[in-house]
Amino acid sequence: MSNPPGQGASKMARASQIARTVESGLRRRRAAELRLKIYGIGAISFALLALAVLLASVAAKGYTAFQQTHIAVEVQFDRDKIDPAGTGKSEDLRRGDYESVARTAIRAAFPDVRGRRDRRALGKLLSTGAGDQLRRMVLENPKIIGTRQRVWLLGSDEIDMLNKGKAKRNPSGSATKVSSKQVAWFDALDKKGAVERQFNWRFLSGGDSREPEQAGIWGAVVGSALTMIVTLLLAFPLGVAAAIYLEEFAPKNRWTDLIEVNINNLAAVPSIVFGLLGLAVILGFFGLPRSTPLVGGIVLALMTLPTVIIASRAALMSVPPSIREAAHSIGASPAQVVFHHTLPLAMPGVLTGTIIGMARALGETAPLLMIGMVAFIIDVPSRFDDAATVLPVQVYIWANSPERAFEEKTAAATLVLLVFLLAMNAVAIFLRKKFERRW
Amino acid sequence: MSTSITLLVVAVLTVAGYYMGRRRALGTADGLPARLHSLPSYYGYYVAIWCGLPTLALFVLWLILQPIIVDGLVISSLPAAQQDLPAERLGLLLNDIRNIAKGEAASESTPMVIAAAKRYNDLTGLGNWMLGACALALAAAGLVLARNKVAPGLRARNSVERILMGVLILASLLAILTTIGIVASLLFESLRFFEKVPFWEFLFGTKWSPQIAVRADQVGQSGSFGAVPIFAGTALITAIAMVVAVPVGLFSAIYLSEFANPRLRATIKPAMEVLAGIPTVVYGFFAALTVAPAIREAGSEIGLSVAGESALAAGVVMGVMIIPFVSSLSDDVISAVPQSLREGAYGLGATKAETVRNVIVPAALPGIVGAVLLAVSRAIGETMIVVMAAGLAANLTANPLQAVTTVTVQIVTLLIGDQEFESAKTLAAFALGLVLFGFTLCLNVIALRIVRRYREKYE
Repeated sequence: MSNPPGQGASKMARASQIARTVESGLRRRRAAELRLKIYGIGAISFALLALAVLLASVAAKGYTAFQQTHIAVEVQFDRDKIDPAGTGKSEDLRRGDYESVARTAIRAAFPDVRGRRDRRALGKLLSTGAGDQLRRMVLENPKIIGTRQRVWLLGSDEIDMLNKGKAKRNPSGSATKVSSKQVAWFDALDKKGAVERQFNWRFLSGGDSREPEQAGIWGAVVGSALTMIVTLLLAFPLGVAAAIYLEEFAPKNRWTDLIEVNINNLAAVPSIVFGLLGLAVILGFFGLPRSTPLVGGIVLALMTLPTVIIASRAALMSVPPSIREAAHSIGASPAQVVFHHTLPLAMPGVLTGTIIGMARALGETAPLLMIGMVAFIIDVPSRFDDAATVLPVQVYIWANSPERAFEEKTAAATLVLLVFLLAMNAVAIFLRKKFERRW
Repeated sequence: MSTSITLLVVAVLTVAGYYMGRRRALGTADGLPARLHSLPSYYGYYVAIWCGLPTLALFVLWLILQPIIVDGLVISSLPAAQQDLPAERLGLLLNDIRNIAKGEAASESTPMVIAAAKRYNDLTGLGNWMLGACALALAAAGLVLARNKVAPGLRARNSVERILMGVLILASLLAILTTIGIVASLLFESLRFFEKVPFWEFLFGTKWSPQIAVRADQVGQSGSFGAVPIFAGTALITAIAMVVAVPVGLFSAIYLSEFANPRLRATIKPAMEVLAGIPTVVYGFFAALTVAPAIREAGSEIGLSVAGESALAAGVVMGVMIIPFVSSLSDDVISAVPQSLREGAYGLGATKAETVRNVIVPAALPGIVGAVLLAVSRAIGETMIVVMAAGLAANLTANPLQAVTTVTVQIVTLLIGDQEFESAKTLAAFALGLVLFGFTLCLNVIALRIVRRYREKYE
C-alpha cells in the first residue's frame, strides 16, 4: 500500500486550512473575551461615573449656601422707633419697630428714590430678618440707641441669588422676582463695596424658616439626633437580646423557624410600610403624639431591628465554640457563658452592624413622612415629645419649596447629611479594622 | 409629682436594691461568699429586679390606662348636650380641651371648654400623684420583701437567669409582633376601604382620581379608585430601573469576580457600595433637579416632548440606586460557584469569557434570578425617588417620556397633609399599602427560597 501521489500536498493544504480555521476561531474567541471585559469595565465605569456626577452636582449646587449676601448700610438707631416710651427696659426694646429702622437705613442710601412702589421695592433688597438682626444688636448693647453705625444687614434671598449669579440679570416679563431697578440699586451698592458674602452661621445654627436666607438646619440636626437616640435605645438592646436568644439558646423548632423567616422578611419590607404601621398602630392605637422624635424613633427602630439582629447573629456565630466549651468546663452557667465570654468577644461585630443600621435609619425619609414629621417647624426641638423634623425630611421639604434660593439650601443640607453618614460609616469601618479578630 | 421624677426615684431605689441585696447576702453568709448558693452580685440583681420590674410594669399599664379613664371622666362631666354629640365631634371637642389644658391655642374656647380643660388638668395631676404613690409603694414593698428573702440557700442565680431568659424571648418575639402589627393594621384599614369601594373596582378599575367632591357639582373630582394606572406606572418605572440596574450590576459583578485583580476589586467594591449608602432622598433630589431637566433638554434637542416629571428620569436614577444591590448579590452567588467547575472548563480549553457564559452563569442562574427578584421588590417599594421625581397624575401609558405615578407616591400624597380619618381617600392609602406589602412579601419569599436552595446545592 502506497500513498497516491499528491496526497502529501493535500494533507498540507488541509493542515493549513485547519490552522486557519483555528486561527480565525481563536481571533473570534479572543474578541468575545475582550468584549466581555469591555462590558464589565463599562458597567463599572457607568456606576462610578453616576456616583461622581451625583456627588459633584450636589456639591456644586450646595457649597454656595454656606455664604450669604449681606448689605452694608448706615443705620440710624432712632430712639423714637426703637423705644418710643423711653423706658429703656429690655421688654420695651424688644417691641421696637426695627424693620422700619432697617428700611429707613437702606432708603437713606438712595435718597433720590421717590414713589411708594419704588421705595417698597428698595426695602425688599433687605431680608425681613434684618430687623431681627438690629433688635439683637440693641438688646445686646442698648447704648447704641441714638447713634449712627455702619451695619452689615442680611440681604433678601433674591439679592443673594443675584449676587451669586444664580438669577438672571436681565429680567424679562413679570414672572421674575427681581426688577431691573433692583438690579441697578444692587450694582450701585456693589460698586461702593457695600455688598459682601459672609459665612452663613445662621444656616448651621438656626431653625427652619419660610425665608430661604434665614433658614437653618440646626433644628433638623437636633431632631435627627433625638430620633436616633430613641432608635438606638430601642433597637440595640432589643436586637442584641433577640440575636442572643436565637443564636445561643433557642431550640430548633417550628416557632424559632417562624421567627427567623419573619426577621428575614422584615429586613426586605419596603420602609414606607413601617410608616403605615406607625400611623395606624403607634399614632392611631396607642395615641402617641404626632411628628415627634419619640414616634419617629420607634418606627425607625422597628425598621432597623432586623438589620441589628442579623448582624449580631453573624457576629455571635463567628465566635469559635472552643471559647464556649472552655467557659462551660470551668462551671459557668449558660447565661454566664454568653454574657461573660461570647458577647464581649462578638461586640465589635455587633457594634459595626448597629452603626450601619443606624446610618440607614438616619437617611430614611419615607416612614417619617407618614407619621407627620414633615410639619414646618421653626423652633429647635429640645424634648422627645416636641414636634420636630429630621435632616432627610428637611431636604425633602426644601426640595419642594418654590423659592429658587431653597435649591442651594437643599443641596447644602444634603451635604451635611452625607457628612454625618460618612462619619458613621467611617466609625464602623474603623471598629471593624481595629477589633476584627480572625480565629 | 411628675412622672419623670417618679421614674428617677424608682431607678434610684432599684440601684439601691442591688447594693442592699448584695450586702445582705454577704451579711447572712458571715462575709464568706463560698457559703452562698450564687455569687453575691446575683442576690443584688435579685432584689433589684423585684424592686424595679413590677413597678415598671405598673408604670406602663398606668400610662396606657390613665388617658382613657381621664377622657371618660371629663366627658361624663360635660353638659348632656355635648355628651350626645356624634363620636367625631366629641373627639374634636376633646382635642380642644386637651390643647387648652396644655396651654396651646384651640379652635373653640367657651367657658364650658375651659372648665373641662381645668378638670382635665386636675384629673391628670391627681392621676400622676397616685401613680407616684403606688409606684413608690410597690417598689419599696418589692425591695423589702425580696431583701428579706435573701438567705444563703436562695437560688438567686437561677431566678435571675430565668427572668433574663424571659426578656430575651420577649425581644425575639418582637419580630413576630411587628409582622402581626403590619398585617393587622393594613388589613383592618383596607377592609374598611373595601366597604366603601368594591374590591374588584379597586383592583381592575382604570380610573384613579382619589379627590372626593365636597360639593355635588365639582368637576374632575369624582373619587374613583381604580388602581390599574398606578400599578402600570409602578411597573413601568420598575422596568426602566431594571433595564439599567440588571446589566450594569451583573456585568460589574462578573468583571469584579472573574477578571479584576484583587487590588482593583478591593478598591472598586467599596466605591460601589457607597452608592448603596446614599439616602434615597438625595437620589430623589438628584433625579428631580439634575437628571429630569437634562433628559427634558436632550429630548427637545431631538424634537421629542418630554414631560417634566418623566418616568425615564425617575426610573434611571432608581436603577443607579439599585446597581450595588444587584452587583453585590450576584457577586456572592458567582463566588459561590465551586472553583472545580471553572477549572474543568479551563481544562477543556475554554477561555474565561466562555467559562463565564457556558459554565458560571448557568450554574449561578438561580441565584442571579433571586437577586433580580429582590431588586425588583426593592424598586417597587422605593419611595423618595418617585415621590420627588415622578408625577402625581395617574396616566395609563407605556411611554417612558410621560409622567406616571406609582403605588408609593400615591400612599405618600394621600396621607401627607390634613387627613380626614374614615374617608375613602385616607383608607385607600392603606389598601395600596396592603397590595405593596403583599406583592413585595411574595417576591421576597420566592427570592430568598431560590437563593437558599441554590446555596445548599453547592455547600
